[in-house]
Amino acid sequence: MNKLFFKIFTLTIGFSFLYFPILTLIAYSFNDNKRVMVWKGFSLRWYKELFQNEQILEAFYTSLKIASLSATFATIMGVMIGFSLTRISKIPARPFFIFLSSSPLVMPEIILGLSLLLFFISSNHIIGFPSSKGQLTVLISHITFSVAFVAVIIQSRLSSYDKNIEEAAQDLGTIPNMIFWKVTAPVILPAILSGWLLAFTLSLDDLVVASFTTGPGANTLPIVVFSKVRLGLSPEVNALSAIIMLIVILAAISIYLINRSNIKK
Amino acid sequence: MIKNLKKQNVWFVFTPYLWLVLFFFVPLALIFKISISVSEWGMPPYRDLFSFSENGLKINSTLGNYLFIFSDPFYIRSYLNSLSLAFTSTVLCLLIGYPIAFYVAKSKPSIRNILLIMLIIPFWSSFLLRVYAWKVLLQGSGIINSVLIHIGLITEPISMLHNHYAVILGVVYTYLPFMILPLYGYLVKFDLNLIDASNDLGAKPLNTFVKVILPLSLPGIVAGSMLVFIPVVGEYIIPEMLGGSDKLYFGKIIWDEFFVNRDWPIASALAMSGIVILVFPIIIFQLMYAKYNFKNE
Amino acid sequence: MSEPFLQIIDVSKRFDNVVALDKVNLKIAKSEIFSLLGSSGCGKSTLLRIIAGFEKPDEGRILLEGKDITKLPPYVRPLNIMFQNYALFPHLNVTNNIQFGLKEEKISKEEINHRVNEILNLLELNGLEKRKINEISGGQQQRVALARCLVKKPKLLLLDEPLAALDKQLRVQTQFELVNLQYKLGITFIIVTHDQEEAMSLSDRMAIMKNGEILQVGNPVEIYEKPKDKYIANFIGTANIFNVLNKNNQIIIKELNYEVKNINKKENYVKCLIRPEKISVKKLENQSDNLNIGVVKEVAYLGSYTKYLIEVNGFEFYSFMQNSLVSDNLQIRWDDKVQISFNETSIYFFND
Repeated sequence: MNKLFFKIFTLTIGFSFLYFPILTLIAYSFNDNKRVMVWKGFSLRWYKELFQNEQILEAFYTSLKIASLSATFATIMGVMIGFSLTRISKIPARPFFIFLSSSPLVMPEIILGLSLLLFFISSNHIIGFPSSKGQLTVLISHITFSVAFVAVIIQSRLSSYDKNIEEAAQDLGTIPNMIFWKVTAPVILPAILSGWLLAFTLSLDDLVVASFTTGPGANTLPIVVFSKVRLGLSPEVNALSAIIMLIVILAAISIYLINRSNIKK
Repeated sequence: MIKNLKKQNVWFVFTPYLWLVLFFFVPLALIFKISISVSEWGMPPYRDLFSFSENGLKINSTLGNYLFIFSDPFYIRSYLNSLSLAFTSTVLCLLIGYPIAFYVAKSKPSIRNILLIMLIIPFWSSFLLRVYAWKVLLQGSGIINSVLIHIGLITEPISMLHNHYAVILGVVYTYLPFMILPLYGYLVKFDLNLIDASNDLGAKPLNTFVKVILPLSLPGIVAGSMLVFIPVVGEYIIPEMLGGSDKLYFGKIIWDEFFVNRDWPIASALAMSGIVILVFPIIIFQLMYAKYNFKNE
Repeated sequence: MSEPFLQIIDVSKRFDNVVALDKVNLKIAKSEIFSLLGSSGCGKSTLLRIIAGFEKPDEGRILLEGKDITKLPPYVRPLNIMFQNYALFPHLNVTNNIQFGLKEEKISKEEINHRVNEILNLLELNGLEKRKINEISGGQQQRVALARCLVKKPKLLLLDEPLAALDKQLRVQTQFELVNLQYKLGITFIIVTHDQEEAMSLSDRMAIMKNGEILQVGNPVEIYEKPKDKYIANFIGTANIFNVLNKNNQIIIKELNYEVKNINKKENYVKCLIRPEKISVKKLENQSDNLNIGVVKEVAYLGSYTKYLIEVNGFEFYSFMQNSLVSDNLQIRWDDKVQISFNETSIYFFND
């Protein structure tokens, strides 16, 4: 019983530490006071102001656009990397390709951001592309660091994948060109989806790389939020946090429920 | 499936590598080039590495930027501050994260999945907003001060923000999931019979932990530690939001050199020295990654 | 049995309101091979884990050589367990796995080396000392798991499905090796298994378990020949179970309409068991209207013997015939009429 007590104690403390700050922030988003931490009364005032804030809304739209494009491209390339590393048996110099694909996983984002910015400036100088910094340069940068993360997920699914099912499909009459779409893709679909989601979150969450590579008219949500809270507090950002948490929690619950029903089947 | 494709079609699979070479390795090479260039006014604010004059080819390379960095205690101190921040928070994340990962992994499957989702939720929610949450909490008028005053521990609000303890707290809080998730990944595969076997052979719980559980979760410990240590060395946001003037960190110095001082060669030299310092942990991570993800082939 | 070596007294265990063990009592003698046999979920593994100390019983006590060990943690109990999946430490080589337990005792280095070498010789593991666990075969892993326990010289060795992970040929060979080893060392073995053949061939005595209770304890012959009830009769081997009618001092096997004559009748039994190998069949040449005539429904030739499924009056039962005895039997086909015979002494009467 001693052990059980210690287990419950550890988990309670651990999860309280993880959730206390987030929940406090959500609670205070309903505070009807300009001074964030002095409670005055319940109000939806900051939510109203948030939805009237053109700058935040525009940044939110920009971020969504970049994140979904970046996630899609990163997923396509991540799948290719996953395949090339696990399925081509005679890939020459495999350690080199593993090194290539996993390097961005462990590069501090400040160095990544700086090097990409200097690259874009030089490339503009030499070949005139990209013509200016903006959404395109942020997109390219986000794809670059997301690819490695997607590849990890795809590759770990593929290495535990039973290749016999592809032979079984051939045996049952599936023509070779259709095997990927009819057998392989459905089986690794969960990995593809979670890779896409991860890339999407990484892009939506990025501040440092975007700050380096952005230009006029391409302010992402983190950049706008950071400019608001860098020096002080902002009740509108409290409301924004609450909304983001709500979306994440709903997404997590639905993924949990989907997984559970899959297991039951 | 690859087998069935025509030979020439196989190579499309390699296009992502081309992308990575172009947008990851070429930029790194570029900052190396700029780091050994001489800075000057203009656009770009450095002199070309090669120039042609009447005397033929001239190479304008210099190690001056590096010498400048390493002769100035200001830069060296910021390096050491960042390394010590990364080390302290990695150790703290490990100490806090290991028991959590262990108990979550050892829960009944039904409870385990719920706990796992609860671990992932903060990981998914915005990094910036989680740091901001601590800024709100640690305010002079914030909830922690209010509680402390209420229970009579202090009479005046104390300043908990803008010092390096707040930075450590913020780093541990935001990077904890990066430690817990890889640890969980190894501990959940752990065969519980091994603990029973060790007990049965006469090892007391502490010995069982040291001799069986710890060595078998070592890959998870190393992976988690690298995933915390390496990015924290370059961390910019957390020191900027929660830190004060008591300690300066590497990430902020690069940021300021680039955006404030507009000194590209110095910023690049700083970035390159950052990579040099991180080479060792990065190699450890790479070797582990290759070993544990591709060993069955 | 004078002084029982291991005594299990009124042990009960529940998991979330599911009864795993219900007031189990058992006495096991020194140096015997004792099997706990039952289908999955019968509580045999729980009992083993309670003896090893991994689980604490809700009620009851465990006595080893008269000493109460119920509350002792596993690491001080003078017994060892071999796990079904062996639970070998994947980060250690063969030698380090074997000496893991010895290092926990206060023994000199020379003594450890001596005992490890002794056990390596005994189990023919020489040459594998430096191998990692995933570099040796399943049979070798099983011997390493055994060595890791035996090197500690336990008073009692618990074996959880010791042969389940081996393939069939290796299993038979290993069975004999286990029995020889036990004979040589004199250690008491308690084996948990769901395989009745394994239990029969290994054990001195065995206990049949169902729903957390022990149904019957006895040596393999007793359990096979005199099962306490229908469940045990069916669980061990193939059973032909008939209803018995007691009419005016007559005893009649209902389905065969056969009257048992030479029996000292003491009580009214309702069932009887005749094992298939005790029923013989003979092909009828001419169609006579004898009482003991059946129709062959299925024939399965298994080399050393042949299985026949016989139907009499709509009731089906088995007959196993040694192929060396009657070569005529080989000519028995489907739908043939056969004469059935058995010795009355091989009828076992019981109540359900």
